[in-house]
Amino acid sequence: MTNPTKLSTHDLNVFYDEKQAINNISMAIESNKVTSFIGPSGCGKSTFLRCFNRMNDVIPACRVEGQIMMGDQNINDQKLDPVLLRARVGMVFQKPNPFPKSIFENVAYGPRIHGLVSSKSETADVVEDSLKRSGLWNEVYDRLHDPATGLSGGQQQRLCIARAIAVSPEVLLMDEPCSALDPIATTIIENLINELQERYTIIIVTHSMQQAARVSQNTAYFHLGHLIEYGATKDIFTNPADPQTEAYISGKIG
Amino acid sequence: MSWPCPYLGVQEAVISNPIKDMSADERLHLISVSLNKRHRKEKQLKLAGLAAITLAIGFLVVLMTNIFSNGYTALLQSEVRIDINVPKAEILGADGAIDIQKSQAFNWNGLVKKSFRAGFPDVKGMSDRRMLNDLVSENAGYELRQAIEKDPSLIDQSSFWVKTSDDVDMLLKGRIKTTLPEKLRRIKDSQLVWINQLEQKNDLRKVFNTAFFTNADSREPESAGILGAIVGSAMVLMITIIIALPLAVMAAIYLEYFAPPGRLTDFIEVNINNLASVPSIVFGLLGLAIFLGFFNMPRSAPLVGGMVLALMTLPTIIIATRASIRAVPTSIRDAALGVGASRMQAALDHVLPLAAPGILTGTIIGIAQALGETAPLIMIGMVAFIVDVPTSVTDPATALPVQIFIWSDSAERAFYERSSLAIMVLLIFLISMNLLAVFLRKRFEKRW
Repeated sequence: MTNPTKLSTHDLNVFYDEKQAINNISMAIESNKVTSFIGPSGCGKSTFLRCFNRMNDVIPACRVEGQIMMGDQNINDQKLDPVLLRARVGMVFQKPNPFPKSIFENVAYGPRIHGLVSSKSETADVVEDSLKRSGLWNEVYDRLHDPATGLSGGQQQRLCIARAIAVSPEVLLMDEPCSALDPIATTIIENLINELQERYTIIIVTHSMQQAARVSQNTAYFHLGHLIEYGATKDIFTNPADPQTEAYISGKIG
Repeated sequence: MSWPCPYLGVQEAVISNPIKDMSADERLHLISVSLNKRHRKEKQLKLAGLAAITLAIGFLVVLMTNIFSNGYTALLQSEVRIDINVPKAEILGADGAIDIQKSQAFNWNGLVKKSFRAGFPDVKGMSDRRMLNDLVSENAGYELRQAIEKDPSLIDQSSFWVKTSDDVDMLLKGRIKTTLPEKLRRIKDSQLVWINQLEQKNDLRKVFNTAFFTNADSREPESAGILGAIVGSAMVLMITIIIALPLAVMAAIYLEYFAPPGRLTDFIEVNINNLASVPSIVFGLLGLAIFLGFFNMPRSAPLVGGMVLALMTLPTIIIATRASIRAVPTSIRDAALGVGASRMQAALDHVLPLAAPGILTGTIIGIAQALGETAPLIMIGMVAFIVDVPTSVTDPATALPVQIFIWSDSAERAFYERSSLAIMVLLIFLISMNLLAVFLRKRFEKRW
């Protein structure tokens, strides 16, 4: 069962100055599925992920070459305004990074700057709905105007997810969203990913093989800037085609 | 394994490892020996630091004591009581009110001097009379006129307290040694006798020197004040802040976020850092050549002074702003960009508020530096002798440090004590600005 392609890359190369971080990767991401990127540290999976919402633009030394198609648009076109792209492709970072403002302001910020809400009550509705979908509402509904930095790490990360989904993006990029969290917070976020999958195409970078197996339908294995293997998660984990993938997922390296 | 993997493989230890080979006691002994050495070094460093701080505080105390002991007497001003009968007919108009034109034409100073001499009927001869006149301030007549024009009821009063001359003031404050030979004294023996007579009649007193805080500069030390300089400084600083703060913050944001990396940007960066260390008098020359010479702006004006000091302060604020922008974690910027904020929004909505305490501190330190700056203001003519308190930024004015410079250069001993008092006032302004910086930083940091 395959869904339509949401995003695809064609001969994508990424350089940091002279050093090549991504070599000729062509792959297609299925819509409304969770795709996980796994691989040892430094293999370029985060760099690759950041290509999908052009976050690499902020790194002066970074150069992205090749095509990334979203629909019939090449989002790697430097003429394209990344702001619009980032409203369609949201991102959750490795370390929870709420704005040092109130919980409410964190979630309301995106809808406000994009002009998606026009009244206070609309904003409040969006904030409530986003917090509910990220499973944080019950914990914070009575202190929405407290500083977000007072939340625990897991709560902060769910707040960041709420902030990302508040503008209803089509794709959600997650860069090791659970690496700074304890197992309980991790479980909560994994459940959340399962629920969010109905509405969003999710790409998640993870160091945990178990997490990839639990949350994703597709898995891609990266090694030293190369895409080694890409396919359905259950195939990759039970019957990897490439010996490198097998060594990694069986715990021999990584 | 069928494929090479850089991550795998254990290497044999082949060289001898002295730490691994020694006994536990030996190892602990070596560590404790080295620990003693480290403690000793730590102690030495602590002592050196303590010595440095003590020395610095010592110098500061010496400086402060010196300034204070020179300056505190300027808070008092000597006055002499003179019986004066104001001739009403020559001042009042037909309606019984003061006629300003008549008052202007009247010789007030002559009246004061004549009345004063009347207290010493046995003093005869031109030179003696002149020496007697010298005991009273040259401005006494003018100040009497001011007082009566302000409050006409005083006209009926029969005796007035008027300021003594600065030499008498210095003598009464013990700043003129009577043990010196007469030739080396500004107060002669005959004058000493008259002053003694006045003292015996209780006609001398010392009062709080309000003129110092309400007047602008004057030729006579007893009438000279710093209000003009304070207002001048305030105007200069206002112009400096208005120009430098927005320009510097914008420049810093541009350089941090928008400047395309390249030679031009590097060149600008290097030059901003260089400008921060350019001697201030060079900025004064620049102001003289460009603002006064080319644009024909008014000489001695706080407007130009503020512009010159703004140029001087710009690099300081730019550097401080960039440092505080960089101190904001990039995760905050990434978060803003991640939800689709434009770079400007990320900078203004999230990074700047977090960088604000640092920017404010840098600004206030730069402004405090500008407040104490003399050389560039001298170059653009703010060193002029100005007796009026400026009322607009294009009026000629001086600034506090320049006023101190002018007074400390004057021959009169009384100006010397006034410059010390002015230094105290300047220091109070500087300290309060620094306290404000600390307060603002604390205040803004609490919000996050």
